[in-house]
Amino acid sequence: MSRPSSEQQPPENRQLASSDDGASAGDPLRPDDHVDASPKKRTAPKNPELGFFGWLRWAWRQLTSMRTAILLLLLLALAAVPGSIVPQEMSNPNGVIQVREENPELLWLYDAFQLHHVFESYWFSAIYILLFVSLIGCIVPRIKHHLKALRTPPPKVPARLGRLPGFTVIEGDADDLDGAQKTLKKLGYRTRRTDAGVSAERGYLKETGNLVFHVLMVVLLVAVAVGNGWGFKGQRLVFEGYSYANTLSSWDLYQPGRFFDESDLPEYSFQLNDLDVEYETDNMDAFGMPTDFTGHVTITDRDGSYDDEIKVNAPLYVHGSYLFLLSNGYAPVITVEDEEGNVVFDEPVPFLAQDDQLTSLGVIKLPDGLEEQVGLRGFFYPTAAETETGALASAYPDLFQPVMTLEVYTGDLGLDEGVPRNVYMLDTEDMTQIAGRDAENETLVLAPGDSVDLPGGMGTVSLDGVVRYAVIDIQADPMNHVALVSAVALFGGLMLALLVPRRRVWVKATPKGLEIAGLARGEDPGLEKAVQDLAERLARERGPADPAGEEPDAEESASGEAQTEQQEHEPDAPEEKE
Amino acid sequence: MELESISQLLVYTAIAVYALAFLLFALDIVSHGSNVKAEAEAVRAKRKSLVGAGGAHIDADAGEPAAVSVPAEAARDTLVKPRKPRRNWLRAGFAITVMAWLLHLGGAVLRGIAAERVPWANMYEFALTGVVLVVAVFIFAQFWNDLRFLGVYITAMATLFLGAATVNYYVPISPLPPALQSAWLVVHVFVATLAIGFLAISSGLSIVQLIRHRFKNNGFVSTLPGADTLETVAYRLAVVGFLFWSFTLIAGAIWAHQSWGRYWGWDTKEVWTFIIWVVYAGYLHARSTRGWRGTASAVLNLIGFGTILFNYAVVNVYFEGLHAYSGL
Repeated sequence: MSRPSSEQQPPENRQLASSDDGASAGDPLRPDDHVDASPKKRTAPKNPELGFFGWLRWAWRQLTSMRTAILLLLLLALAAVPGSIVPQEMSNPNGVIQVREENPELLWLYDAFQLHHVFESYWFSAIYILLFVSLIGCIVPRIKHHLKALRTPPPKVPARLGRLPGFTVIEGDADDLDGAQKTLKKLGYRTRRTDAGVSAERGYLKETGNLVFHVLMVVLLVAVAVGNGWGFKGQRLVFEGYSYANTLSSWDLYQPGRFFDESDLPEYSFQLNDLDVEYETDNMDAFGMPTDFTGHVTITDRDGSYDDEIKVNAPLYVHGSYLFLLSNGYAPVITVEDEEGNVVFDEPVPFLAQDDQLTSLGVIKLPDGLEEQVGLRGFFYPTAAETETGALASAYPDLFQPVMTLEVYTGDLGLDEGVPRNVYMLDTEDMTQIAGRDAENETLVLAPGDSVDLPGGMGTVSLDGVVRYAVIDIQADPMNHVALVSAVALFGGLMLALLVPRRRVWVKATPKGLEIAGLARGEDPGLEKAVQDLAERLARERGPADPAGEEPDAEESASGEAQTEQQEHEPDAPEEKE
Repeated sequence: MELESISQLLVYTAIAVYALAFLLFALDIVSHGSNVKAEAEAVRAKRKSLVGAGGAHIDADAGEPAAVSVPAEAARDTLVKPRKPRRNWLRAGFAITVMAWLLHLGGAVLRGIAAERVPWANMYEFALTGVVLVVAVFIFAQFWNDLRFLGVYITAMATLFLGAATVNYYVPISPLPPALQSAWLVVHVFVATLAIGFLAISSGLSIVQLIRHRFKNNGFVSTLPGADTLETVAYRLAVVGFLFWSFTLIAGAIWAHQSWGRYWGWDTKEVWTFIIWVVYAGYLHARSTRGWRGTASAVLNLIGFGTILFNYAVVNVYFEGLHAYSGL
């Protein structure tokens, strides 16, 4: 009983299909999508012994009811809130580390409720999966119902139109019905002619749009899931002037989807020739603010090589994946030699920006080659200036007066235990400072081209130059375009569903004249005006010698002619008197 | 004088004028409320005398609320009809609001000209333009329906938000950081702001609806449109707001893909855009569901607007995320 009745049941009132079948399905005056001003009391289920399948059906009906859908929607909104309060592994991994360090007493809570993975957690997934099951359970019958409705002519003219919205009587008789039908057709109505009158319905697109929207929500969800499973993400820090092959080992960070095949990585190499940065110099309120980052790159693949550009907000599309310019900084090129002049270390070292003027912090670890393990930690100032306290600071983010300072540590770098270490951090617990604030020797200070001795004659450190580096994200999502197209089409469906009015109109020949009335299917505040307009139009068209050119006159006479028997059916009135 | 300072001056003036408009709207409520009471008294007295002459059968009605609502009934039938006696405070309040809005609009436009870009690239500018649009929707809605009874709510909101943003969030003009240099800044942020404009007015109607429902026959309240009418109008505005918000969400995803390398990454601001969208989706569903119309859906609409305010005032400032362009 439940399915057929729910097909009768209005789209907008899918809830509890069975409870008021009798009232809504049978009586033409209580159209199936009529919404009562005050909800009818639901009758208690008459048969308490439902049996297993009965209960199953009951549960299904509950799940697919509109009330459940609303509750699940609200629950989903609520469930997303912790995802914005607690740092998420996906969007803010550093925040996760920090918050876990700061709140050791809350670790159990974070872990028990997967609070760092809210949007992949079992409870969040449970909510949206239930919501989507409910949605599918709702739209499938509605699609069937709508397909049927599309093939069925509008329902017959009800026996009495008097109580329907916009009820109006104009002069006319059965001979005018053909004209009325033609007019309604012109207005975009689908019509049906019976002896009694004309039935018309319009706005099927509303339900079409509604269904398209909801179906595409499912498509979008699938596209996101598939895109995650078959795509991949990676990140890499690249120095100016260096070239990188697109292989797994060259990525610093690599997150393939579960089903991604590594051999699918396209073969090409990528070189960052220059990273140009422009700074604001006119506006003193924003002096030194970067206004443009442009990476000039060369891509080399089997077919040859070509130059291209990568900018913030303008990703570079290479062989099925996008490259994004995320952030940048300075990398002093450092050479370390031992006492005999053998090169122990020679490469650019990325320093992390600490402020807007790009005062940057960096670390060099030298586990082998020198007498002892040596760690260097220091600052790089693109435009060094002395502060009042005598300390150095950067005064401008561009390279005007580059200076690097280094503190030198010896001892155990902690690299031998096999514990992964952050390359940007120097664990000095088992090390001794031999040059720097806490040591006898002063902090090493180098400008580009300088070379200084390490304390104790261990060797020399030189700053050969400074290059910029860029952090490049790579992302391939085979479903990107599916997601985009569904999102755009989904919006189209939503517009149709929310803006197109769906209504029925009847014109009926009676001894009193032509009765006209309408019925909203769903939200339709313009219904009465539409019915009135129709009445006026029909009256006007009927007028025997109305010259087509003089519209305003015709309208005036028509409205006089149309004796609008507007009913006292203001929707507010009954409720207000409570 | 520099354009930036002229803009600021215009905004300060607009705040003061909005406050004045608020005062006038409040005076309207007080004076009109008492007018209505007096009128109701008169009607009641008249009825009493009629009853005395014609028979006693409706005597029981005389003191009942039904009698008091007689003058209100007419007002509520259509939203368009202005009531007599002429409500001069209301008219003045509305005129002053338009004046304040023009000053305000001038301030926003000059800010944009001075910055040589759209005036919605940081918290201050977003509030500046956002409130322009809220008031614009309020003013231009008059061509469609008389919503002047919301004046007190809208001008209070305009005064407060603009004042708070000017005091707390003001930053001197600065050029766009590379991350914001995109056509999507124009579209995505503007449409979001427009959505907020519509949803703000809708929330005002829902508040009035709840008041209307709760105090049916209290002087001024009884002159307001009926709760059902308010609900319908609130819904229609919310539909437009929701469509704009959906557009914002999709446009934001497209921009996020260009700028951050993924179209959706649950950044805090994305989370809240999603929350707002879902709450309003719940509201739209509730509106067409038996048992959820009326108060329940009005409350959902208000929760929705609450999430918008939270998103602006709390998430922008206190939550970490990629949308960190507040300039604070």
